[in-house]
Amino acid sequence: MAIELQPLEQFTIERLIPLHIGRLDISYTNSALLMTIAVVLITALVVLSTRRAALVPGRWQSVAEISYEFVADMVDTNAGHGAREFFPFVFTLFMFILFSNLLGLIPYSFTVTSHIIVTFALAALVFVGVTIVGIVRHGVHFLRLFVPEGVPAVLLVLLVPIELLSYFIRPFTLSIRLFANMLAGHTMLAIFGGFAASVGVFAIFPLGINVLLVGLELLVAALQAYVFAILTCLYLRDALHLH
Amino acid sequence: MSEGGPPDPLARLGERLDKARSKGGGEPVAGPDASSGQQGVALGLRIGVEFVVAVVLATGLGWALDRWLGTRPWGTIVLFFLGVGAGMTSVYRAVTGIKTAVGYRRLDANAGGDAGRQRAKDERDDEE
Repeated sequence: MAIELQPLEQFTIERLIPLHIGRLDISYTNSALLMTIAVVLITALVVLSTRRAALVPGRWQSVAEISYEFVADMVDTNAGHGAREFFPFVFTLFMFILFSNLLGLIPYSFTVTSHIIVTFALAALVFVGVTIVGIVRHGVHFLRLFVPEGVPAVLLVLLVPIELLSYFIRPFTLSIRLFANMLAGHTMLAIFGGFAASVGVFAIFPLGINVLLVGLELLVAALQAYVFAILTCLYLRDALHLH
Repeated sequence: MSEGGPPDPLARLGERLDKARSKGGGEPVAGPDASSGQQGVALGLRIGVEFVVAVVLATGLGWALDRWLGTRPWGTIVLFFLGVGAGMTSVYRAVTGIKTAVGYRRLDANAGGDAGRQRAKDERDDEE
């Protein structure tokens, strides 16, 4: 009963294998376990399905090829020319988030991406990486990203801070979007699950809503991975093709 | 497959596809439609957060600066408006530049970034 009454309990981190180095807690948690599963599954999908690559792909090979083509197409259309070298990064990011989201939908599992520290780490990785790419490619010229062209000098006083702000806000929007969507969706599922447990015969209604919600959550899981990856591409494009 | 079709697996697949299509009533549908709808939803999910986070974060930053420098309430006020500005610009860019960058759309209109683009293009040519 306790689980039904506490919709946030599903987000608890549990130490599966306690590990401490000095005062540092590096225990292997349920979160880490789910990440490991995601990585193993993705690797298995890509490696095993293409090991005996056929001209006419089988089911698993099709899945791997479709995801490859989907991301490759995304990188090409959104990050522009010369961004193909970042394809592995975007693909890894997309697959990891997608699998984490989908695995989280399995009952009694754990949603890695519902923790902001995880999404923020991913977003910070993107942010720092993109900034480094921009600086390496363009040097000091990279700072022109913050100076809109063809604007009178007076307005620059106002516009440059706005540009700076909207640049440094990126990792936050990126991480909060993913985290909030996951948190909200799973909380909602748990709440309706709790209703179902407490209303007896009428449980059919909240249960029905939950069925619909799971469908919605599947969509959100895929879409959020897509949004995260596409924004990474767009940021890359900014860094690669400065004005 | 048992009726002794052509030995070439591709031709056989073609045959099977034709058969399946004639049975299943036409083409597989809604490729572009579905994907454009999905892009619309993705865009909606994007810009919802964009504005709110910009304002909240900027205001919070202003508040923190105020506490640190003892300039209350100016940091909060200034950064609140800057946050609104930043939020609006990013939403505006997300909406207008759906198919392009969050930053600047007129990539081709000037010569400023040509060096980088040229290099990028060269790399691409090398690839192919």
